[in-house]
Parts: sequence; structure tokens; C-alpha cells
Amino acid sequence: MPDELSREELLEMYCQMVLIRRLEEKAAELYTAGLIGGFLHLYIGEEAIAVGACKALRPDDHLLTAYRDHGWAIARGLDPKRVMAELLGKATGVSGGKGGSMHLASAEHNYWGGHAIVGGHLPLATGIGLAIRYKEEDKAVLCVFGEGSTNIGYFHESLNLAAVWKLPVVFLVENNQYGMGTEVSRASARSDIFEKGCSYDVASAPVDGQDVLAVHRAMREALEYARQHGPYLMEAKTYRYSGHSMGDPERYRSKAEIERWRAHDPIERLASVLISHALADQAALEKIHQDVEQEMEGIVRFAQESPEPDDAALYEHVYVNPIPER
Amino acid sequence: MAYITMREAISQALREEMYRDERVFIMGEEVGVWGGTYAVTRGFLDEFGEKRVRDTPIAEGVIVGAAIGAAIAGLRPVAELMTINFAFLAMDQIVNHAAKLHYMFNGQIRCPLVIRTVGGGGRQLAATHSQSPDVVFAHFPGLKVVAPGTPADAKGLLKSAIRDEDPVFFIEHATLYQLRGEVPDDEEYLVPIGVSDVKREGKDVTIVSYSKMLQTSLQAAEQLSKEGIEAEVIDLRTLRPLDMLPVVQSVQKTNRLVVVEEGWRSYGVGAEIAARVMERAFDYLDAPVRRVAQLEVPLPYNRRLEQMALPQVEDVVRAVYDVLYRK
Ligand SMILES: Cc1ncc(C[n+]2csc(CCOP(=O)(O)OP(=O)(O)O)c2C)c(N)n1
Repeated sequence: MPDELSREELLEMYCQMVLIRRLEEKAAELYTAGLIGGFLHLYIGEEAIAVGACKALRPDDHLLTAYRDHGWAIARGLDPKRVMAELLGKATGVSGGKGGSMHLASAEHNYWGGHAIVGGHLPLATGIGLAIRYKEEDKAVLCVFGEGSTNIGYFHESLNLAAVWKLPVVFLVENNQYGMGTEVSRASARSDIFEKGCSYDVASAPVDGQDVLAVHRAMREALEYARQHGPYLMEAKTYRYSGHSMGDPERYRSKAEIERWRAHDPIERLASVLISHALADQAALEKIHQDVEQEMEGIVRFAQESPEPDDAALYEHVYVNPIPER
Repeated sequence: MAYITMREAISQALREEMYRDERVFIMGEEVGVWGGTYAVTRGFLDEFGEKRVRDTPIAEGVIVGAAIGAAIAGLRPVAELMTINFAFLAMDQIVNHAAKLHYMFNGQIRCPLVIRTVGGGGRQLAATHSQSPDVVFAHFPGLKVVAPGTPADAKGLLKSAIRDEDPVFFIEHATLYQLRGEVPDDEEYLVPIGVSDVKREGKDVTIVSYSKMLQTSLQAAEQLSKEGIEAEVIDLRTLRPLDMLPVVQSVQKTNRLVVVEEGWRSYGVGAEIAARVMERAFDYLDAPVRRVAQLEVPLPYNRRLEQMALPQVEDVVRAVYDVLYRK
């Protein structure tokens, strides 16, 4: 059996990756139809990272991500219906319609967002790591961000402090080669991002981000390392098939380049593993796609039929303890 | 009651809260071995140990950000920023994170943290180390901004801030640490956030102020009293949320208002108070509201020039004469 995962687990991971991709494609449609506002950053092409990494997380571990977060939310176990409802700004959305696509969260899943200030959540993850050590808990934090976020001060401040205090944080870089339209080598003095760990004596390694099993294996070890010793920097090499966000004119890359990456598609790669190990046949996989298709209908229906937040929501949660101004 | 300095009062508040609640801890530059740049946490490292008194690197972004993270995960951090001028390096964490997370995630995230910092000019530290940008922080819904002007308020407000469920930006004034006053020993002595306080009663004119300028205003009131002018002095204590009720009531009685702040006049506390008084008590005003504030220059090093730019007792007295139409 590949990677000590059962057949059921592997099929479940396959199913999640397909669901994430379909949800993204559907979101793009709804965005174009004007039902989703603001920014929309799709995760298509990068699904293996969220699914592989979340499989390695324990329920009581913590997760923080950047704004390219739909896949992460689903992989972490949030209800896809409520994820889609959030994209549509509905009251039933995971953030009550007040966060939108970039700000998904679920306290119940220890998923503390969805953050859209580049690099801004790395210090938060560091602080959650501090709380774990403070309370002497056996937990870890997974903090996810793009390679473009490794040139900002927060990355360096956070890795340094996490290393000084030996905090149980795995910093996971999704190196999808571009920060918006800027290719990694045009913005970062080192293109192999994992090498940056050595500045702070932080253990680090690259992983093939298009291989869900490799990500899972590496993440399991990284989390264990973090719990025992301290911070870990992992770089998942990956690629986003879609633009940075909806409406990206994509002047910075060629169609041929996208096709080269598509040849290593993470979903197809898992499919061939499943087939070559005789864990599923074409028909079984086909069935998964059909089931996801049906589930998607329910997801979209739920989101569309859900109510808008009521007017009172506007003033809710500005403070935990609001003090009336007299 | 004990007659102690503002420094001792703040220190006492921190110590009491750390004994009361295991989750409370301090982090910041030089808070431990050094004992705090302003000696507020002297002795704390020995008393509480490294786990709860944490020296950090000079990295304001991650100091505030990690404090937010720790708060999200259930602790009660008191993060110290050496001075308010350095808070600008943590501005993103303060305004884009601490002030927003509870709202943006629909109440799922809480940030019960206190950011203690030190503001104010008058010590010849020149332009980058002398600012009073309190209103900048008060601009953001989601934050509570507190700036005490007496030792007792400093203790009671800091204790309330630590117990509060929301992020509180707590501004101490660098030149007030030696100020002495009566402070209750009571470990449950709490001053509510968001309540202005009448520090001196009077019938002729209302002076609204806070922090260091409260002391300046009280001195001006003493001087005016000798001339038969009785000023009512109101201490805002909290800039957000702003408690206007005592101000409005006072203006209804005195019909004249002077606002005194150490920061720059433009877009300042005086502007805000004047606008709100106009909205709520326009008909009671017998003279235009006067603002006393810092002149619109970065503060210079030279002592004489620096003092020229900062509001002085005489400036307050003159503003009071103005609203009374006296020469
Ligand atoms: C501090 C900050 N600066 C700029 C932006 C605008 N911005 C949003 S995403 C982005 C690119 C980030 O690239 P990367 O971290 O590699 O993540 P990716 O989008 O590739 O997943 C930029 C510049 C921002 N949100 N925050």
C-alpha cells in the first residue's frame, strides 16, 4: 500500500482533490456570472499540497493559510457548502459572509484563516506556536504561504523568533513560481526557497508539490519534527494553472509553460497510483467524478438559496465587549 | 491607598494580574534582563521566570503578531513596544490583524491582548522619538485605545485592559512615570475602559484633555482659579470608544470649551471633540471651541524650540481667556 495509507484513505484524498478542483471551476463560473464579488484566487493545480498536508495534521493541530484558501478549507474538513456560501457572501458562510473568499476560517477545525495581507499571518502562527509551548501541549501549527511571501520582513522575523524559542511551527511555502506576475527568480535572491531556512538554523527541505503522497509523507515528518524540536521550513514546488486571480491577463507566462506543468497533474498522478496498485479501476474513478458532480449541485444550491446576512450583522463582532459610546 | 508613582502603579497592575491569571505574560524588547526600558518590569524576570517574562528580538511586527497568535490560542499577552514611534513598524499587525480578526471571521477569533507602549515628547529625543500619534490608533474600529493621566487610572485601566476580551492599545506617557498619586492597593481596583472622568469641577469653562496634557490642564486650572475663573477639567482616559457624556454635560453648564492634546492639531482629538460637541450641544456654546495642540512641525532636538512646539500651561490659559473673550 503506498505510504501506509489505506485504500479508503487514498480514495478519500482523490475525492477531495477532485472536489476542490470542481469547486474552483464552479467558483470561476459564478464569479463570471457576477455572483461572487471582490478577489477570487483559484487553487487549481495545487490541490495535492492541501490534501496531502491536511491528511498529516491532527484535529487539534492548528492551521493558518493565505488567501488562496478554498482548497485548504475543504481539505481541513470544513463543509464545502458553507465555503461556497462564504464566496457568495451569505449568512451561512463559514465567516458569516463578512470575510469572503480570502478569509475563510473555522474555530472548530482550529483553522484560523485565510489571511490576505501577504506574510501577515506568519507572526500569528508563531504566536500560536508560543501558546502551545506555554501550555505544554503536544500540538503543532501549520502555516501556509506563497514563495512571494518569503521576501517580506514577517517571514524572517517569524522564522527567527520561532527558531529562538523552538516553537512547533511548520512553515509551508507553496512555490507556484509566481507572486502575481513576478517570477520567483525576479523577486527572490534564492529561487530554492527551502534554502532560506539555513539563515535561522531552521531545518528545511523541498518536496514535489504535485505528488500528494510525497507531500503527506514529508508533512507527517515535518510536523513530528516541529513537535519535538522546533520550526521546520518546507517548500512545495508547484504551479497554479489559473491566473493569480480572476481577470489576470497572464502576460508573464506562456501557454506552453502551463501545458508542461499540466503533464504532471496531481489528480492524474494519484489516479495512476491508484490504478497501478489495483486500488481502483477507471470505472471506480469515473464514479468518484460523477459523485462529486452531484455533490457540487447541492453545494451551489445551498449557497444560492442561503439568506444574506441581516442588517444587524453589520455591527456584530466589532468587539467581543462592545462599550456603548455615551 | 498608597502614594506611589505612575511607574509603580503600572508595575503593580501587571504584577497583580500575573498572579491572578496564569495566562497573562509579558513579551517585548528588554522587558526581562534589562527590566524594561522604563523600568516598569524591573524584578519581574526573577519573580516570574523566562516563560512569563519574554525578551524578544528587535522585531516589532512579530512581537505584536505573535502576541495576537498567542491570544487567539487562549493566552493573555501583554506585548510591550518600547515606544509608540516603533509601533509604526507593527502597524499592519495592529490595524490589519488585531483590529480586524474578530469581525472578519464573524466572531470566531478573539484577540484579548494588550499592547503597552510609551508616547510623548519633551525629552529632547528629536523628531522620530518624540511623537504623540495617539489619534492614529484611535481611528480604527476594533481597537480600544487607552491613555491614562494619573497613577490610579493607570493601574485601574491597565488591569481592565488585561481582563478585556478585545485588543487594547495602552499608551503611557514618558514624562509621567515619576508622577505621584494615591493608588488603591486593592487587587480588584478596576477603572472601566470607555468612561471619561471629571478631574476638577468648575462652572466657567470646560477643558477636555487626557494623559500628560491632563496634568498641564490641571495646572492651568489652578492658575485660572487664582484669577477667579473656575475651569472644569475632564479626562477622556480612553480615546476609543470615546465617552462624550461628561463633556456634553459640562459644556451645557459652562458653555465654553477648550480641548488640549499633545499631538498635532490637524485631524486631532480637538477636532473630533469639537465636531461631536457641535452635533450634540451646538446651542449651548457661547464661544467657538479652542484647540490647544502641538505646532505642525516634527519635534526638534533643541530644548527651547521643542518646548515652543509643545502645548504649555500658558497656552491653555490663553485659550481659556479666548473662549471667555478676555484679553
Ligand atoms: C503586504 C501586501 N502586499 C501586496 C499585496 C498584494 N498581493 C496579493 S497576492 C500577491 C502575490 C503573492 O504571491 P505569493 O506569496 O507567491 O502567493 P500566491 O498568490 O502565488 O499563492 C500580492 C503582491 C498584499 N495582499 N499584501
